Amino acid sequence: MKKSPSITSKLPAAGALTALALLWLAVSEGGLVPSFLLPSPVEVVRALVSDGPVLWENALVTLAEAAWGLGIGILAALVLATLMHRARVLYRALYPLLVITQTIPTIAIAPLLVLWMGFGMAPKVTLVALTTFFPVTVSLLEGYASTDRAAADLLRSMGASRRQIFCHLEFPSALSHFFSGLRVSASYAVVGAVISEWLGGTEGLGVYMTRVKKAYAFEKMFAVILVIVAVSLLLMALVTVLRKRACPWEAFEKIERND
Amino acid sequence: MSGGKPPVLRAEGVTKSYGGRTILQDVSLSLEKGELVCLLGVSGAGKTTLFHALSGLERPDSGRIYLEGEDITGTPGRISYMLQRDLLLSHKKIADNAALPLVIRGRSAGEARAEALSYFARFGLTGTEDKYPAQLSGGMRQRAALLRTFLGSRGVALLDEPFSALDALTKRELHRWYLEMMGELGLTTLFVTHDIDEAVLLSDRVYILAGQPGRIAAELPIRSQRPRRMDFALSGEFLEYKRALLALLEA
Repeated sequence: MKKSPSITSKLPAAGALTALALLWLAVSEGGLVPSFLLPSPVEVVRALVSDGPVLWENALVTLAEAAWGLGIGILAALVLATLMHRARVLYRALYPLLVITQTIPTIAIAPLLVLWMGFGMAPKVTLVALTTFFPVTVSLLEGYASTDRAAADLLRSMGASRRQIFCHLEFPSALSHFFSGLRVSASYAVVGAVISEWLGGTEGLGVYMTRVKKAYAFEKMFAVILVIVAVSLLLMALVTVLRKRACPWEAFEKIERND
Repeated sequence: MSGGKPPVLRAEGVTKSYGGRTILQDVSLSLEKGELVCLLGVSGAGKTTLFHALSGLERPDSGRIYLEGEDITGTPGRISYMLQRDLLLSHKKIADNAALPLVIRGRSAGEARAEALSYFARFGLTGTEDKYPAQLSGGMRQRAALLRTFLGSRGVALLDEPFSALDALTKRELHRWYLEMMGELGLTTLFVTHDIDEAVLLSDRVYILAGQPGRIAAELPIRSQRPRRMDFALSGEFLEYKRALLALLEA
């Protein structure tokens, strides 16, 4: 319906991106920076093409780890946030703990997970689940807490049970918050998977990255970064599509959302 | 008022305090079938507390509430209560919003929706069935909320300032429509307002809730003929009632 304003609103971002790419091209091709320090975009594209099949294979592995981890993280977040919302005691007991766990650097737990779970998929999925679980939990808790108290009174005046208030009011009200958190989590998921692959594994974009870094193949390094960005954006786009399907009413609300 | 009939809704000696402060003191009132009664009062006289007690949301410290002779004190779900804002759930389509009280009572979603849809024309809501509340104007949202209120009880509705947020023209239109519809559907209504004109225009009877703690300070029947002509608001009779209410409010 309102296509043109959304296109014009995206123009500045596209312009900035193009300008950055041109700057990169000028700096590297113009010989301002030696090519072993900064490969030119042309070389990077060449690497993308020549290593395409390998990158694709590894990307699938990383994507699978990210997706599994994200799925488990979401499930855990749904269960925990709902329990914490229903029982105040649980909220008071667990919320500080949740915040503390977020201050532990991912990079520090990853080797421990490898030590405990081996070099397979399990430690990667676990790490992704751990990093993605927090934003979703916090946004769900916020969503539950933001439920309109007067609307809850209205439902109670209709004789609604707590479960009915949850199903008809609290959960749907929290959905918008949930998807905002999920978007953040989706962007963490791929990065989390890559980091855990650095520290032990036989396949995946992180393993590929370590390998090309050791070979000083910087154009391949840049190529894999581009792939990681693309996979992350893909996951985030998927979240946006899901959100549009799950919350069709948002399209009509006047409040601007920053997506 | 015809006198002899037993009241549909009756509150007897309702008293309620919060944290040592008494909000309502010994409030009694009654409504007959089909009556439109207004609760007029200054802010802070405990109107919301009274409505919470009548609707069963809060149990009074003492006093009882009866619906058609049955004691319903502290039992929600028996009387429909429309709170101040329309409070349509933004994630439900209008038809599902209206059908909500039926679903809460255990009817299946499809059945409840079908029942709600059968009233859409009468409530002037045709064409809004599959829209979301954000797509509707204030007047339409209020109609939808009134339909939901109606489906919630069929009998007695408590409306907390149902028309206050609307512009003057929409308000006038909704007044006329509500009077017509109430008569047709045999609804009994108790509504809160700050607007003396609205009270005189719509009511069969006005209760004045005043003081701290709030109590029923006065009761004034409005004995003008029904259906009221739309120029009632310009008549001398209207002004007399208005004057009487102003005097009672200032007493």
